[in-house]
Order: sequence, then structure tokens, then C-alpha cells
Amino acid sequence: MIELTIDGIKAKVEEGTTVLEAAREMGIIIPTLCYHPGLSPYGACRVCMVEVVKGDHSSLEASCTLPVEQGQVILTNSEKVTRARKLIVELLLSSCPNSKTLQDMAANMGINKVRFKIKDRGCILCGRCVRYCKEQMKSGGIGFVGRGTSRRVATAFDVTPEECRNCGGCEWICPVCEKACMADSLIDGLCGGCQNLAPVETCLVCTGCSESVSPQGHKVY
Amino acid sequence: MRSLRSAVELEQLRVKILSQRKPEKPCISICGGTGCHAYGCEDVAKALKSEMKRQGLSKQVELKVTGCHGFCERGPLMVLHPQKIFYQRVSPGDVSEIIAETVIKGNIIDRLLYIDPVNEEKAQSEEDVPFYKRQQRLVFGNNGLIDPTNIEDYLAIGGYSALSKVLFNMQPEEVIEEIKKSGLRGRGGGGFPTGRKWDSCRNAPSSDGIRYVICNADEGDPGAYMDRSLLEGNPHSVVEGMVIGAYAVGAHDGYVYVRLEYPLALNNLGIALGQAREYGLLGQNILGSGFDFNVKVSRGGGAFICGESTALMASLEGRVGEPRPKHIHTALQGLYGKPTNLNNVETWANVPLIINRGADWYSQIGTEGSKGTKIFSLVGKINNTGLVEVPMGITLREIIYDIGGGIPRGKKFKAIQTGGPSGGCLPESLIDLPVDFDRLTDVGSMMGSGGMIVMDEGTCMVDIARYFVKFLTEESCGKCVPCREGLDRMLDILTDITEGRGKEGDIELLEELGGLLKETSLCALGTTASNPVLSTIKYFRGEYEAHIREKRCPAGVCKALITFIIDAEKCTGCGLCLRECPQEAISGEKKKPHVIDQSKCIRCGLCRDSCKFEAIIVA
Amino acid sequence: MVNDYEKVKAIVDRYGGKHDSVIAILQDVQSEYHYLPEHTLRAVASQLDLPLIQICGVATFFKAFSLKPRGEHTVTVCLGTACHVRGAPAVLDEVKRQLGIEPGNTTADMRFTLETVNCLGACALGPILVVDGKYHGQMSLGKVKKVLNRYKKVQKDGRHEELKVSS
Ligand SMILES: Cc1cc2nc3c(=O)[nH]c(=O)nc-3n(C[C@H](O)[C@H](O)[C@H](O)COP(=O)(O)O)c2cc1C
Ligand code: SF4
Ligand code: SF4
Ligand code: SF4
Ligand code: FES
Ligand code: FES
Ligand code: FES
Repeated sequence: MIELTIDGIKAKVEEGTTVLEAAREMGIIIPTLCYHPGLSPYGACRVCMVEVVKGDHSSLEASCTLPVEQGQVILTNSEKVTRARKLIVELLLSSCPNSKTLQDMAANMGINKVRFKIKDRGCILCGRCVRYCKEQMKSGGIGFVGRGTSRRVATAFDVTPEECRNCGGCEWICPVCEKACMADSLIDGLCGGCQNLAPVETCLVCTGCSESVSPQGHKVY
Repeated sequence: MRSLRSAVELEQLRVKILSQRKPEKPCISICGGTGCHAYGCEDVAKALKSEMKRQGLSKQVELKVTGCHGFCERGPLMVLHPQKIFYQRVSPGDVSEIIAETVIKGNIIDRLLYIDPVNEEKAQSEEDVPFYKRQQRLVFGNNGLIDPTNIEDYLAIGGYSALSKVLFNMQPEEVIEEIKKSGLRGRGGGGFPTGRKWDSCRNAPSSDGIRYVICNADEGDPGAYMDRSLLEGNPHSVVEGMVIGAYAVGAHDGYVYVRLEYPLALNNLGIALGQAREYGLLGQNILGSGFDFNVKVSRGGGAFICGESTALMASLEGRVGEPRPKHIHTALQGLYGKPTNLNNVETWANVPLIINRGADWYSQIGTEGSKGTKIFSLVGKINNTGLVEVPMGITLREIIYDIGGGIPRGKKFKAIQTGGPSGGCLPESLIDLPVDFDRLTDVGSMMGSGGMIVMDEGTCMVDIARYFVKFLTEESCGKCVPCREGLDRMLDILTDITEGRGKEGDIELLEELGGLLKETSLCALGTTASNPVLSTIKYFRGEYEAHIREKRCPAGVCKALITFIIDAEKCTGCGLCLRECPQEAISGEKKKPHVIDQSKCIRCGLCRDSCKFEAIIVA
Repeated sequence: MVNDYEKVKAIVDRYGGKHDSVIAILQDVQSEYHYLPEHTLRAVASQLDLPLIQICGVATFFKAFSLKPRGEHTVTVCLGTACHVRGAPAVLDEVKRQLGIEPGNTTADMRFTLETVNCLGACALGPILVVDGKYHGQMSLGKVKKVLNRYKKVQKDGRHEELKVSS
């Protein structure tokens, strides 16, 4: 067993656990996007960053790929963590403004403006669909093509591949396609509509319609 | 050739090779490196060959086509042994005179000598040339002495003696201890202590005992070519280093990962490996010691990220070059999950030197934390472009002025960029900084693999930052958000600034994004990617502000912020520019000053290039 | 196409059909065809028994591969840092203007493919323009047209173009 401290609470977990899993076991919520319990960890979205404290210096690490270590000291909600997380979600929002998941996250984090150019790509390249297809369906219909900013999820030569079993799992598991944000206009990159229960400068009326966010706290990410 | 079966046989062969070589026999060594190639050295070599044949000298005079000599600026280069006469800018037309005068009569042809622009003194040999004088060419200097396709040349200068010493007189642990003691740090960028890396690889558990060593010859830094020149010019030194490393960590298989754009390096390396195998210096039972080691060559696919260790290994396994989190080091779990030791070309080439001359000798060179020499590619706005090898701790000033000969056309020095896309731009105030791993990191740059790009007052620092960010957006693997999206948005902001749409707050946003990349990116490409931006903001903030607030590019580079105008005083009305302009934006009568219609001008710069009187100026 | 399948098979066999040789196999296929035609990628995938998308992923990740046919001449502008500070961007702009295409593309008449590269190791001669492997150093904007004209000789309509040497 490995002993570590997360947000001041000591815990014992099995070796090979990730910090994210350990935190979840303790009821500490760390937001995630590319992580899915049924898939191999990928470490791409970086919203699950936590602060690892080592003596008088510390660094940020993605908790979903970080293995627990004896005596590790982790902060999941420090100033350093929230600052980085907010900026990452702001970046993601600017490339996927119509994702309800992201809009909710933004509201929870108190992001009140997207300062970047909006370039709607409709995908955050979290790779959940790709891993689902490969790992759960043991198929290989979809994958990444290109690199850098030209990277995208695709099928070979953009036709339905032989390997596809029409399971629909890729759509089901996608954190972006799952719920589209219905707001018809964005103000500063935010929907400003029903989801934003947190005090958001641009949110003028709150209708309290969202199921995923409750006024007491935010449980769903 | 029968393969060598013992250390004694190797020494006997060496004695034999040396006895067949007469030091007084004339030998023309001509640089066949890429730079000289582009200058046309091939034609010079051809002309030499046929002239020697015509004169019946082919037997008496030896002709050697070597790798890069370093002073690429003055290519094609030629050194005539035994007198070591150094000729530069040689053309095929000079060949018959060289044979008749210098080779036969021993007379020096003045016009081919290098003239020091400072005191107009003529240099007869390389040692007299200021460019070479201040260097300490321990690793790179042999390039000019050997034909890389002939293993006997390498043996003649003592090649593979370090290997034989290691195999027969040293335990693997002793080798590692020696490398540790030498203080050698990796030349590929990170500067990790090589001995420690070898140690962890040797001690890493491997269920089936399999371990790998890899040579990183991906050299992705745009503007650096020392690894290429070593592989092209002295491939055996790298191979020898690898065999020694393999022996030390206990590996029997190795790979060299070579950048695809390096056909000559691939070719020469292939020949070297074949010869080493033939001579029993590679393969099964090396030199009869019982130690086996094989090397495979792998061609990179053209991706900067594949220089990163985990991406490189992924691509060796036939996958795309996507880095993985490095919580478990590649020394423990690398290629195919086995303990793997990866080193850079130059790191490997330093190994035989350390073994031969000892760690004590080696560690005297350099500074406290950085030992030995480093090869830099000194390029950009500098008089003497080329590859320079200097001891660690030399100052930037010495490199730029004493070796590099200063800035061309009397322009003012502005900045020097080190470390490539992961490094930073250092201003004139830091010109007396001693160059070593730690000092460069302290000031926000990096040693990197050794690119040094000199910039003058005509270089715009915002444009340079934009250049590197653009490079990185294309080269990022695209896996993680901060690097992929962060760089993309940084590029947007920098493009806006250079095109006159910059606004207040842009600099701060760039700094914020830069910090994010540093802290949260998955691999070192992302964590260092903001260095070019952050360092230019740190040292040249005023230039950013001029672009944003005054919509002005002080260096006269950013097209959207400049205008071309014709200086009526200087314009002779020759009409050259008028004919060049694709937009028909220039008008004027013959022999009268011309004018540019700014509404038509697309700022292509063709007119300025064509004007013989420097009458077209940028404002 | 049957022939092509055999050709690809020969290459795949040379590497023992190993999955870790995908990149090397594609490099060899590309040097055979000068680009990677779709049916050869399909052939590689089926012979290695890998999903086609995985082959496509590799083929689009690395810059060395091209999925589009290439022109008769390849024009490469070095955009390495040394060439950049010596004015490579303007040279590239001029080449783009002359050929009427963006980097990575081929002219409609299939005569020129424009590419960029990051450092060729001949920085002393920067900025550098390479046509079909021949280096043209110290490029000035005016020289671009002259160099390209040497390769342009035949125009779209098949007539020989007058070699315009700018005065
Ligand atoms: C994006 C990136 C690119 C790199 N490119 C190279 C390269 O081209 N050549 C190289 O030797 N090392 C490169 N490195 C460093 C290698 O990851 C690795 O640290 C090095 O090869 C180890 O060898 P050394 O210890 O001898 O320096 C790169 C690192 C990163 C993050
Ligand atoms: S389509 Fe959805 S699941 Fe797939 S990578 Fe994009 S965001 Fe992730
Ligand atoms: S930092 Fe950049 S290059 Fe590295 S894994 Fe992330 S996206 Fe890829
Ligand atoms: S910069 Fe170009 S478009 Fe403008 S006047 Fe000169 S040649 Fe004409
Ligand atoms: S959830 Fe950890 S990086 Fe995406
Ligand atoms: S290529 Fe000849 S000196 Fe560098
Ligand atoms: S930067 Fe163009 S050749 Fe090096």
C-alpha cells in the first residue's frame, strides 16, 4: 500500500493507482475530459492537473496519468492549479464553444470571458472515441490524422471503414458531442444562458435550467 | 578483409596502415560537406581528379574528399598536406594552377589564401585563420583529416583504440565510472549527465536481459547542422562511442535514428557500419572479446517531435511520434518497454575521446558544471558562418567577434538565439555571458543542441518569436491541449501584432499562455516552446510595444507596418525598379527620381532588391 | 493495380512484414511512386493486417509523406532560422507569387511542387532555394524568377516560353 496526502487528507491506496483514482476514492473531485474509467489513461486534455509539492518547490502534473508514490503530497485545488485549469478550459472553449460540458465547466470555474479567437473545431481531440473503438470494440475504424493544429479525428479517406461495427460508441463516449449547447449566441465565447449559475459577468438572466449543475455545488464534470 | 580477432590484431593492422602511409606524400583534402557541396566542390574534385590523371600524378598525390571542415562561409575549402596550406573559395578554374604551382613546385597561390579582414594579413594555414585559432577542435577537428568512407583513415588516427581498451581492460562499471568522472553531459539539449544515465540503464531490471542503445541523429533544430556534419564526416567516431556505451550498459542492439533530409549522412553511416562489421568491430564477438553488438539505421519521417526520446522510440516501433508521460524514465522502460539509453550524436562522439585521454584530462576543459567542448553552428547575420567547436565557458563575445568575425556590412549586433525552438534570444547586455548549460538556462535560454543564430538591427524580434511559434505549431504532435491550442493562439496574437492589429493586453496574454505551456504541457516540446516568446518579451519588450502602440516595426521587417519609399536624392531614375515591380506601383520619367504609389504597393521588396543605388528605403 | 499490390508486397516482405517497419515501408513505397497513392496504403494495411486508419495516421503525421501526386520539379525553400533572418520569407513569397501556389501544393499543370524545409545544413549560403536537389544559394528576390525560368521552359499550352531574363 502507498500512503499519500491529498488536500491535507492522508490516504492509503494500492500501488499502481493513479492520483486521480485515489482522489476520487476519497471523494475529491478533479475535473477530467480525456479520462474515462473504462479506457486507458491518455493525458491529453490537461484539465486534471494537480500540484505535486516537493519540499519548497512544486510542479503541475496530470493526475490521470500520475502514479501514486510513497509520501506524495498533492493539492487538487490550489491557486496554481485553478489558474492553469481555467486557462486550459478557456482555450478549449475557444475551439469548441458549443460543448455543454465545457460551458458547464467554465461556469463552475468562474471563467467569465474567452479572450481567444473562436475557432469552432467541434472536437477537443481527447481521443476518447479513438480509444473506445480500439480498446472496447477491438476495432480500428477511427484514428487521428495529421499533426499539430491540423490534427483531427477521422476515418481512412473519410469513408465509413470496413472495421466499423455501427455501435455508436464513439458518439456516446464523446464529451463534446454528447450534449450540444443550444445557446444561439455566445457572448465573449460563453453561452451566458441556462448553465451559468456561477456569477458570470455576461450572464444576465439565470433560469436555473441545468441539471448538471446545482447551486450548492458542482458535481458533474 | 579478414575480421579482427583481438586487440593485438587491431594494433598490428594500425601499424601496417601507418607504415604504408608516408606523411610527406602530398595529399589534397577537399571539403565535401553540404555547404561546400552547394558551393560546387564536386566540380572542383572532378577537375582535380582529371588534372591529376592528365599529369600522371594520380599515384603520387592523394586526393581526399572529407566531411565539413567548419569554415563553410569560405567554401569550397581545400587543405594541401603536408604543408597544410589552406585555400578557400576554390573553383574548378583554379585547379590546374594548384597542381602546377603548389603541388609540384610548392609555391603558394596568394589569391586563394584567406585574408583577415581586420588586418588584411594573409593566412597560410588553418591555424593562422582567426576563425580556427580560438577553437578547440577535439571532436570535430578530425573531419578534415579523414575520408569518411574509408575506415583505414579512422584507424590511422587511432580509431577504435578506445573500444579495444574498454573491451579488454575495463569492466562495464569502470567505463560508467570514467564517463561519470569526466562530467560529460548530453549534447542533445537537456544536458543530462551521461554517466548517470548509463548507470540507471545498466541497473534497470530487464526480465530477459534485453537493453537498447540509441543514437539520436534527428537534429530538428532549424539552423543547426553539427550532428549531420559529424555523421557525414566522421561516422566511425559515433559508432565507436555507441559500441562502448552498449558494452557499458549491457546492450546488444542499437539504433541510429537519422533525419530523413540527411542523405549523405545516411550513406556515410551505412558505409561505416558495413566496414566496422567487416573488420570485426561490430556484430558478433567484437575483436574476439565475446561481446556482441549490432546496429540498425532508421530513417526519421520528418518530424521535429521525433527528437524527443519517447516520441523517437514510438516511431522506431512504427507508430506516430507521440510522446508519453515520462513518470517512468526511458532508461527503465524505453524501446519495446526495455531499458534504453538514448544519446545524441555529439555525446557519442565524445566517448572515445574520454576513454582514450582519461576523465581527468577531459574534466579540466570547460566550467564547473559543464565539461569539455561543444560544437555550435554559428549562423545568421555573421561574417564567418560555420561550425565552431569551443570549450564550455567561452563568452558569447568571443564566439561572435573573435571567431565569427562580427556582423556583416558594419551593422549592429542585436541578439543571439541559442537552443533553437526551445531556446531564447539574448540581447547585447548579455554578450559577456560564459556559455555553458546552466548559465544559458539562468537567463531564460538553453544550450539546446548547439544552434547559434546571430541577429542584427535588421531582425525584428517579434517576427522571430512568431517564426519559432509558427514552427512549433506545425511540429507539435497535437496531443495535448496547452501545446496544440496554446501555441495556436499565441501564433494568432503574434500574427496580429506583426500585422498591425496588436492591442493592449496582448503581451500579458502571451506571458500568461507562455507560463501555461511551461507548467502543463505533456512533453518538453511544449514546456520549452514559450522560451522564444518569453525571452524576447523579457529583453525586447519595447519592440513589442512599438508594434502594438505605434504600429511600427523598428527593424523594418513586418510588411504591414512598413512602407517602401524612394529617396529622391539617391534615385538616378534608371528605371530598374519600375521594371521589377509586379504591381506597376512605381512611376517616373527616365533620369528623374521615381515614386511609389503606396496604394498599389504590396511590399514585396523586389524594387529594393533591384536598386543599385540603395535609393529605396524602408520606413 | 494487381501489379502494384505485388510491388507493395515485395517491399513489405523485405521488412519481414513487421509492424514496427511501417514507416520504413511507407518510405520505400513513396520512393517507388513519389507519393503514396491510396491503393498502396490499402495494400500496406491489408498485408500488415493493420487498420487502414493507422497507416493513414502515420502517413499524415510525418512530413516526409505526401498523399498527393507531386509535380515534375520540386522547389524547396529553406525556412530554417538562419535563412529566415537572411530574408527567406520574402523569397518564399516571391516563389509563391511566381508559381501561384502555396507550400505543399503542386501547380495545376503538374510541373512544380512547392515545399519548405527547415535547414539544409548550408546556412552559409542562405537564403537557399533548392530545385530538384540543386542548391541555389544567396537568393535575392530578383534571382527567384531567373532560377525558376530555367525549369519553366514549356508553358501550359505546350509552347516554349521565351526565357525572360530580367534586365
Ligand atoms: C522536442 C524535442 C526535440 C528534440 N530533438 C532532439 C534532436 O534533434 N537531437 C537530439 O539529440 N536530441 C533532441 N532532443 C533531446 C532528446 O529528447 C534527448 O534528451 C537527447 O537525445 C538525449 O541525449 P543526450 O543525453 O546525449 O543529450 C529533443 C527533445 C525535445 C523535447
Ligand atoms: S470526437 Fe469527441 S471523443 Fe472523439 S476526440 Fe473529439 S471530442 Fe474526443
Ligand atoms: S507538449 Fe506538444 S508535442 Fe508534447 S505531447 Fe503535448 S502536443 Fe505533443
Ligand atoms: S515593394 Fe514590390 S510592390 Fe512595392 S513598389 Fe517595390 S516592387 Fe512594387
Ligand atoms: S483527464 Fe487527465 S489529461 Fe485529460
Ligand atoms: S561544408 Fe565545407 S566547410 Fe562546412
Ligand atoms: S537555415 Fe537554411 S540552410 Fe540552414
